[in-house]
Amino acid sequence: MNEKAEELNRVEKKDLFASGHRACGGCGQALAARLVHDAAGENTIACVATGCLEVFSSPYPDPSWRIPFLHSLFENPSAVASGVEAAYKALKKGPVNIIAQAGDGSTADIGFQSISGMFERGHNVLYVCYDNEAYMNTGVQRSSFTPYGAWTSTTPMGNTTRKKNLPLIAADHGIPYVATATVDDFKDLQRKVKTALSIEGPKYIHILVPCPLGWGHPGDLTVKICRLAKDTGLFPIFEIIDGKVTNVRKIPVKVPVEEYLKPQGRFRHLFKKGVPTEEVAEIQKIANHNIERFNL
Amino acid sequence: MLKQIEGSQAVADVVALCRPNVISAYPITPQTHIVEDLALIVGQGKLDAEFVNVESEFTAASVVLGASAAGARTYTATSSQGLLLMAEVIYCISGMRLPIVLTCANRAISAPLSIWNDHQDSMAVRDAGWIQLFAEDNQEAADLHIQAYKIAEQTFLPVMVCMDGFILTHAFEPVDIPEQKEVDDFLPPFKPRHIVDPRWPRGIGLYADPRFYMETRYILHRAMEKSEKTIKEVSADFAKTFGRDSGGFIKTYKLKEADVAIVSMGSVVGTIKDLIDQLEEEGKKVGLLQICSYRPFPRQEIYNVLKDKMNIVVLEKCISLGRGGILASDIRWSFPRAEKKDRNISSFIAGLGGRNITADDLRYMVEKVEKEPVELEFLGLKKELISDKDL
Ligand SMILES: Cc1ncc(C[n+]2csc(CCOP(=O)(O)OP(=O)(O)O)c2C)c(N)n1
Ligand code: SF4
Ligand SMILES: [Mg+2]
Repeated sequence: MNEKAEELNRVEKKDLFASGHRACGGCGQALAARLVHDAAGENTIACVATGCLEVFSSPYPDPSWRIPFLHSLFENPSAVASGVEAAYKALKKGPVNIIAQAGDGSTADIGFQSISGMFERGHNVLYVCYDNEAYMNTGVQRSSFTPYGAWTSTTPMGNTTRKKNLPLIAADHGIPYVATATVDDFKDLQRKVKTALSIEGPKYIHILVPCPLGWGHPGDLTVKICRLAKDTGLFPIFEIIDGKVTNVRKIPVKVPVEEYLKPQGRFRHLFKKGVPTEEVAEIQKIANHNIERFNL
Repeated sequence: MLKQIEGSQAVADVVALCRPNVISAYPITPQTHIVEDLALIVGQGKLDAEFVNVESEFTAASVVLGASAAGARTYTATSSQGLLLMAEVIYCISGMRLPIVLTCANRAISAPLSIWNDHQDSMAVRDAGWIQLFAEDNQEAADLHIQAYKIAEQTFLPVMVCMDGFILTHAFEPVDIPEQKEVDDFLPPFKPRHIVDPRWPRGIGLYADPRFYMETRYILHRAMEKSEKTIKEVSADFAKTFGRDSGGFIKTYKLKEADVAIVSMGSVVGTIKDLIDQLEEEGKKVGLLQICSYRPFPRQEIYNVLKDKMNIVVLEKCISLGRGGILASDIRWSFPRAEKKDRNISSFIAGLGGRNITADDLRYMVEKVEKEPVELEFLGLKKELISDKDL
């Protein structure tokens, strides 16, 4: 392996996002935030949206951040990051990694316009979406990333809509780099962060981050659930470089969606006395569609 | 140099002289000419700045927030719906003590849609911890921007320069635009306090639980009060450097001898002064108190100049629906309770949605309050447009 590849594949542990924060045990988002910033390194500015990550990591006077941290509102991290980047340009400072980051609710819903603007204007900013498939910070309400069938506190009978596909929408803005990742594969996630940060322009990384509280699974299953999300085809892993889908993760042995759904309380109502309902078949269709579409 | 130019152009020219590093704005009438002119100034390379064309006012405000937190001198401008769309960020900016300068080209608020002038927009964010300075004419609008940067960067409070939409933004008047060197001498480079920079990792925008939040509001309130001194100093300094009075806390016109004191702000004071001169010729003593700094509110100054006035009338272009005149409430509050007894403070709402305020309207107002105090009246209201079933 050459030096560059070695560096890309090295797992970094710098504790720039320090432990001792207030996330629930097994929080996928806390793990992801640590991995992202350790990969990015000290020369990084984190522009964070309101949401679980912000709340568990930034109470005055003891935040968990060892790098500059900037939080303003729920729906504007991409706009704030655009401003930071513009200031660095204008003041002829840098280079610096600027990472705008938010949950799925901020990203897919209320901050959607702002992200689109950041992509379109071409700011040199990495946007990271921590997708736990609902508004967790306010008590597990539905977002437009909530999957079909899932219970949330505002879809008490199960969600009837399908997940918005932001990685593809991001790529269609013509941005140079898009990737998906999960928190079970540290090396892959950190390689993607490093790759993204080596590219000039707007970048988007979408990370699936299981939430034990909102998904209703034990904290020690977080990593396993990520693997199941990938192996069922429900969460495809790929990169889109200059508009071309590439480095698609092939599923070694395909797993039926039931195995992903069953350990999670939010899907419990989809099984009547252990027997899957029609919705499960519907979810299997979504997985099959992904498998076909991305050739997983 | 004296130039016959549009108000918006004058503002754009002086903002450029203040050398902002990052400008971000979204078009809305009647603010548009200001940002178009600035885009051209930046585009032609006359100002070395980042001009960030955004997809909403909400983002424009967020961009300058981020840029200011990264140490840049910043500028944005808006009006009406745009300011309301910014509202969430407006509060954040002051809470984070970012010295951002914003021009509010004052305009009415929907519904019904109206692109014309009144003061309801900036009033909607009057409690946000922004200094609000009101311009009387385009010279003052221009001058206030130079002062605004100095005030903001000394107090770490954001400043909103309010200028009447169309009446000022689109009016051609002679305006003295200073030389770059004069502005550079007056306005030192921005020295930020806390910035996001990996060399000094720090958190900006942490959240505060009930143990800490209240103190942030107290400190902000005290900072607003204390900014009074800075506003006065900067205005005095400006007068010394540039040879003309602009800004400050309050201004008066023929007030000392007046039997009736009119209180108002913004461009309408020009019409009021003309009327005062006319009435003087007719043997009537009417004076003006002009509020330049609406926030912080110059309560003590107001008291000092109005304490002997028993007949005061407040004329304003905004209303707190269900309550009445906003400025009138502020003025009524400016006197100690015991002193209020025989003092008449009348309240007139005028010019909403761009309705012309004529000299005749003002004369009617003065004559009316000479006879009796007026709790609340809409000046120039067309009664024929209102039927009983509307009420
Ligand atoms: C304008 C606005 N609306 C609503 C909220 C309330 N709010 C704060 S965080 C949050 C949910 C966050 O969800 P998400 O972005 O998915 O992040 P998570 O907490 O799930 O990580 C909501 C609704 C807010 N802070 N601001
Ligand atoms: S609610 Fe979910 S996302 Fe929030 S801290 Fe707990 S596990 Fe993490
Ligand atoms: Mg979420």
